[in-house]
Amino acid sequence: MKIGVVTFPGSLDDVDARRAARLAGHEAVALWHGDHDLGGVDAVILPGGFSYGDYLRCGAIARFAPVMQEVVDAARGGMPVLGICNGFQILCESHLLPGALIRNDHRKFGCLDQRLVIENNRTSWTSAYADGQEVTIVLKNGEGSFVADEKTLDMLEAEGRVVARYVGNPNGSQRAIAGITNEAGNVVGLMPHPEHAVEDLCGPGTDGLGFFTSLGAVGLLSA
Amino acid sequence: MPDARTAPKPVTKLDTVEVAAQDPDRQQPWADLGLKADEYARIREILGRRPTSSELAMYSVMWSEHCSYKSSKVHLKQFGEIPQETPVGKMLAGIGENAGVIDVGQGYAVTFKVESHNHPSYVEPYQGAATGVGGIVRDILAMGARPVAVMDPLRFGPLEAADTHRVLPGIVAGVGGYGNCLGLPNIGGEAVFDETYLGNPLVNALCVGVLRHEDLHLAKASGVGNQVILYGARTGGDGIGGVSVLASETFDADGPAKRPSVQVGDPFMEKLLIECTLELFAARVVAGIQDLGGAGLSCATSELASAGDGGMHVELDRVPLRDSSLAPEEILMSESQERMMAVVEPGDVAAFMEICAKWDVEAVVVGEVTDTGRLQIDWHGERVVDVPPRTVAHEGPTYERPFARPAWQDALQADGAEALPRPATGDELRATVLRLAGSPNLCDKSWITDQYDRYVQGNTVLAQPSDSGMIRIDEESNLGVAVATDCNGRFAKLDPYAGAQLALAESYRNVATGGARPLAVSDCLNFGSPEDPDVMWQFAEACRGLKDGCLELGVPVTGGNVSLYNQTGETAILPTPVVAVLGVVEDVTRRTPTGFAATGEQVFQLGATREELSGSEWAHVVHGHLGGRPPAVDLGAEKALGSLLADGVGLLTSAHDLSEGGLSQALVESCLRRGIGATVRLSGDPFVELFSESAARVLVTVATEDVARLTELALEHGVPLTRLGETGGATLVVEGQFDVPLEELRATWTATLPAALS
Repeated sequence: MKIGVVTFPGSLDDVDARRAARLAGHEAVALWHGDHDLGGVDAVILPGGFSYGDYLRCGAIARFAPVMQEVVDAARGGMPVLGICNGFQILCESHLLPGALIRNDHRKFGCLDQRLVIENNRTSWTSAYADGQEVTIVLKNGEGSFVADEKTLDMLEAEGRVVARYVGNPNGSQRAIAGITNEAGNVVGLMPHPEHAVEDLCGPGTDGLGFFTSLGAVGLLSA
Repeated sequence: MPDARTAPKPVTKLDTVEVAAQDPDRQQPWADLGLKADEYARIREILGRRPTSSELAMYSVMWSEHCSYKSSKVHLKQFGEIPQETPVGKMLAGIGENAGVIDVGQGYAVTFKVESHNHPSYVEPYQGAATGVGGIVRDILAMGARPVAVMDPLRFGPLEAADTHRVLPGIVAGVGGYGNCLGLPNIGGEAVFDETYLGNPLVNALCVGVLRHEDLHLAKASGVGNQVILYGARTGGDGIGGVSVLASETFDADGPAKRPSVQVGDPFMEKLLIECTLELFAARVVAGIQDLGGAGLSCATSELASAGDGGMHVELDRVPLRDSSLAPEEILMSESQERMMAVVEPGDVAAFMEICAKWDVEAVVVGEVTDTGRLQIDWHGERVVDVPPRTVAHEGPTYERPFARPAWQDALQADGAEALPRPATGDELRATVLRLAGSPNLCDKSWITDQYDRYVQGNTVLAQPSDSGMIRIDEESNLGVAVATDCNGRFAKLDPYAGAQLALAESYRNVATGGARPLAVSDCLNFGSPEDPDVMWQFAEACRGLKDGCLELGVPVTGGNVSLYNQTGETAILPTPVVAVLGVVEDVTRRTPTGFAATGEQVFQLGATREELSGSEWAHVVHGHLGGRPPAVDLGAEKALGSLLADGVGLLTSAHDLSEGGLSQALVESCLRRGIGATVRLSGDPFVELFSESAARVLVTVATEDVARLTELALEHGVPLTRLGETGGATLVVEGQFDVPLEELRATWTATLPAALS
């Protein structure tokens, strides 16, 4: 598949996300924040970083980038979209996903090898995992604490839209939520960084690769 | 924001070259700007008249200790005696450039440099540390390299001191906040606590960059008619006189009062500047480039002009400003961050501007290269600077500061730690192992390092707490580089010549333990006041030691930085010559990890242990003692050990340097790395074996079937080899003495920083 990775000014993990897509057997395409089309890609990744310096509020400015209009439209049309860290924040700001990410409860940036449980393997980005599978993936952020109102949290739980949950709770996220999906399962927001866990050499193992290989398994969602 | 060109002119009368000629005897605030009487007289002699206030501003910052190295350069020049080549080839750029550049093979070159940002970090910890990272990153970028990693050697006062609690969290957050936002992995560094750093913390920052040979760029303005472009952030009133003194009140009293002398960083702008600059290089539209750091525009214009064809004309009123009321003197002295200056051929200016626009980076042509041999700067059409650029940039004052071996040095060296009371029983040894493991200098540093992104860019092969940081630079060939920084200031206090060599030896060894071949050195020489002959002697001895050490190891000094005046009142910091060594790794997939990797393996010590306890962590922690002579330096042994470690790649399953805390701490860290215990047997005096800090030693493991091969390798390289025991279990056992469950060790090792800082 052709996977587009958007670079905003201040994106940092765009190169890593493209590498992860390639290692999963896909063609990686660089997309620019000012683009007005998605260049014929089959899926989009919004990578980690500090888009527009994270000034104002994380993801708040990126949401208005020209390319985001295309991404939002494509996502509503069913295109798989994965937002990692800053990308998750952008998806929330774009109202493709509910909730918000606020400052970690310990008030510091934290970079850890984090254990997660995959709780929904029926999304575009998690079908390579077994339900309940425990994985170790890099978590690194200053504002990664997931919050939403109780009703939304109950809804996410009831509809099985919590994609991944932390083992332990490293940042005060409500109900230890590390990642969620939309109703259709094509849009996933994930605070930890699977693109940093795709090679034994340069990260804590290869547990993150599944997020990128899942894309090959078509048909799960349209069913 | 008003356009700089339409901003109102300052209300006070402009001090132009013409005015200076007409009014030759005007009183000038040279002393307030940090100049000495003879320095001011020399400026008048060079110009044949009094300087204008703008010229005075430029000379004052460029002739400051920080920029001119006036006290240190007579000692630094001996580094030029070291052959300018590494074990694998010639240096592509050396001392004098923004950073040295070395060939690492396959068409790749690497540049690295370590710099200090000590004083700003004491005044304003977060911004001081953040802009320290920003400054070194721009130095590396200016060589044409993509920055690929940072490291930060830090030193603080005692962990329990109130001021440490003020500066440490801010400094760590600043290093992280800036570096994380640039997308540069932080792969190592140091965190050392000593009472001499109370009131004078050391914030050193290192950056490594990678480039192809053909992409090397140098800081020079050549080619008459070439355009001089200032790009990046706007110039504000921050950091004025940051390199000399806070100087604002001596200028226009009607302008904004008291400028802060600490700069304020914007890492997002720096990230744009990095990507924009790399794209400019790739488009081949840059003829010369210089970053703006200490001394701001004064430095960039004079250094570019001085290194090039010798002339430059600048229209200073074209500089985009954040504060339209700034006077020309202030613009010349401002150390606003995230700015670069490029020299561009006229035909390339349009392409240059287009790339800057793509990255939303403001760029303005501020001048051009001339053949006048003069640096001429105009302000709204009136000439405010007309100087020979070399006299500003390269021909500043040089001092032969008096130095003498301190009167107290003999008494200090006579007071050896070998005479102190020692633990005698197994229980006492056990308690000492735990006490040291939980002491501030040896405890787990993850409270600090977890605030840094070590994974971004996806090429981090080794990072803290490994002995060195290692980065893959080519995904196809797996070529990589490793870097370590080290310095034991207590050793340097006891003997600065030996102390500098021990810092070099440790850093060299730390690069070698990962399987890399050490190639080159960068240094950050942190000392007290050069006006104190005792301190100057420490500095002179450390330089001599480092030069002799590099000659013996066959590694050049590629550049570095000197930070003087690190003292509070009469008390200087421990002499702290931080040495960074960079090595090359042919295949990073074959690196040797730090710490025990598997159970059932054989544990050996490489190198010999002598009874060397003076300056040790044991003497410091248990007795609060500093005296005696540091461990003996044997660079021949270090070299032999280094080549054994290189040849042992693939055979050695783990390797960990023995340094602070000796074998005791190396065992603790090796066990805790992956939760694999060990049983060891000590042949000599168990206290000396565990706590001596003899140099040239490494703890290694091999599979049982490889013991014979290791024995042969040690014989071949002439490295003493001692069998210690085996890995396995969940306990560290020293047979016949004591055992400690890893759980207890880990609890002790990890508790210290969170308990003190959270």
